[in-house]
Amino acid sequence: MLDFVQQLVSGVALGCVYGLIALGFVLVYKATEVVNFAQGDLMMLGGFFAFTFIGMMGLNYWVGFAGAVVAMALFGMLAERIVVRPILGYPQFSIIMATIGLGYFLRSVAGMIWGTDDFKIETPFSRGVLRIGSLVLAHDKLSVIAATIILCALLWLFFNKTTLGTAMRASSENMLAAYYMGIPVKRVVSIVWAISAAVATCAGVLLAPITFIHSNVGLVLGLKAFPAAVLGGFGSIPGAVVGGVLIGVIESMAGFYLPEGWKDVAPYVVLLAVLLLKPEGLFGLHVRKKV
Amino acid sequence: MRFLFKTDYDDDIRLFPHSGYVVSYGLLLAALLIAPYVLSSYLMSQLVFVCIYATVGVALLILTGFTGQASLGHAAFLAIGAYTAAYLQKYNVPFPVYFLAAGVLTGCVGALVGFPALRLQGIYLVIATISFAFIVEEILARWESVTNGNEGLRVKALSLLGVTVSRDSPTFYFLCLAVLVLTIVGTLNLLRSPTGRAFVAIRDSETAARSMGVNVALYKVKSFAISAAITGLAGVLFAHKLSFISPEMFTLQLSIEFIIVILIGGIFSLHGAVLGAIFIVMIDPFLTYLKDDMPGVIAGIAATFGAGPATAGNVQSKVAAFASLNGLKGAIYGIIIMLFVLFEPLGLYGRWLKIKLFFQLFPLYKRATFKRQKIYVKSERNR
Repeated sequence: MLDFVQQLVSGVALGCVYGLIALGFVLVYKATEVVNFAQGDLMMLGGFFAFTFIGMMGLNYWVGFAGAVVAMALFGMLAERIVVRPILGYPQFSIIMATIGLGYFLRSVAGMIWGTDDFKIETPFSRGVLRIGSLVLAHDKLSVIAATIILCALLWLFFNKTTLGTAMRASSENMLAAYYMGIPVKRVVSIVWAISAAVATCAGVLLAPITFIHSNVGLVLGLKAFPAAVLGGFGSIPGAVVGGVLIGVIESMAGFYLPEGWKDVAPYVVLLAVLLLKPEGLFGLHVRKKV
Repeated sequence: MRFLFKTDYDDDIRLFPHSGYVVSYGLLLAALLIAPYVLSSYLMSQLVFVCIYATVGVALLILTGFTGQASLGHAAFLAIGAYTAAYLQKYNVPFPVYFLAAGVLTGCVGALVGFPALRLQGIYLVIATISFAFIVEEILARWESVTNGNEGLRVKALSLLGVTVSRDSPTFYFLCLAVLVLTIVGTLNLLRSPTGRAFVAIRDSETAARSMGVNVALYKVKSFAISAAITGLAGVLFAHKLSFISPEMFTLQLSIEFIIVILIGGIFSLHGAVLGAIFIVMIDPFLTYLKDDMPGVIAGIAATFGAGPATAGNVQSKVAAFASLNGLKGAIYGIIIMLFVLFEPLGLYGRWLKIKLFFQLFPLYKRATFKRQKIYVKSERNR
């Protein structure tokens, strides 16, 4: 029983990281109908920025964290401006390919700048543990869970309660109509990329104590975040996090109870099952294409 | 400029619309046939890879270019073909039998993947094919009695009609070339048949195709099966060329390379698969060139422009350090993909068509001929 709870907590913590990356996908998808395959690499880059600020320049953890988030938000805007905006509205395949290219580029450049070693960031949560009876919970895992809940709530409020959030949803439904309504669509898209890069950075920094930051971490985790996003229904913010947590728990349970090899495959088996049985995901809207 | 007057449908679907095609393709074929006796063995080896990649490119074009179903899982089909060949070879099955068996088996797997894909579109299909590829990769690593796990399988040289064909011999090159040419001709024939027209109709509008009486589900599965089968055949040749296969060769990276092949070549025509394959395969020799010769060349240029020997040496070592950076290949891939998507969405073949049209219409060419229409995003969720 204790093992089970221990596995559950570490699964939830890992799942929250998947959820945060998936959240980045979902934000961009919600606002522009673009699927960003470079999301995991933005996370990796965010982790490296934080490492540079905290580990190499010796800044305070929170200052470095904030600095990395701001820097990555600007970088997200830049990437949107250069790579995505010229092809916005063209078939999804082109945009997917462009973001795959962006991911390749970021991975290699990060490898060139920071090398291919593993890096670790010292955080205030790195050492502490919380004991409940004989249950031992590490602070770094709890910090991921807490941060995910806070971020998810903030983003949900932002999308559903603020004018800018409504503008984002409007521009994804029909960009032309949004223009007519006076929504500055270009700026909206730019902001949503900044937010999604910032969320990715949070994921990267929170992940740093659990797994190390290296230049390929984005590819590995980014691809696990897809099942999460699909499981939750691709356009839903709570869905992304719930999907991420489910995938994380499934992965860690499969690693513990099933024979070796299932751990890496289980998320994809679940994904295929979900796509077969309920392609719109757990929280997705059921829609039918009209002629 | 040549004007083609078409008086009936047979004129429209002719394989060689006019005699110029026969001459130019005849010359190309002649050049390819004498290539082994002219080119160095390294270039010949690259040319074999071009043939294999182009075969996969054609397969992917049938699925992605003509049926409009994106796939990022073709490395898995290649792997299934390669492992079938390696496994059957152990039991002394003759080459023609396991070559065809690999095609049939991969085709069946492709059809099986096609069934779940019926309900999926766009991004979901991409993700589903990625997952399929991951699962296949893991099975290859774990099913040790057949695949020998992560240690990989050795593939013996193929023997055809009692003659052993080594992987570097001209005969092997001719075999790969023959497979490529037959695939291309077969695909051209497929595309001008009712099946091919149904594929294109599904790509352009699934709803319209259905209302015209096209059985969308059947043709999607067919497209998956054909594409997978051709990839499986290419996989057999791939296994023989490498003479050793292991699961980590068939990763997502390889699937992405296949997509890059058709993206760079041009996604609307079979020429694209071949041009893209040449591009992808030749990037390695180009990088080696960059590493070995470029520093000297740039230092020479610097020296001619009045830099002293010390500066020139400095420049040379800087350039050498840059060219041997670890991730350079990945960065170049990334930049190339982005540049093509942004500035040349029709690929290399599209560029060739533009140049051709420029000279045909000489003073009257307008850039707007190939300009894409500005489109606005409309949600696919509520459409």
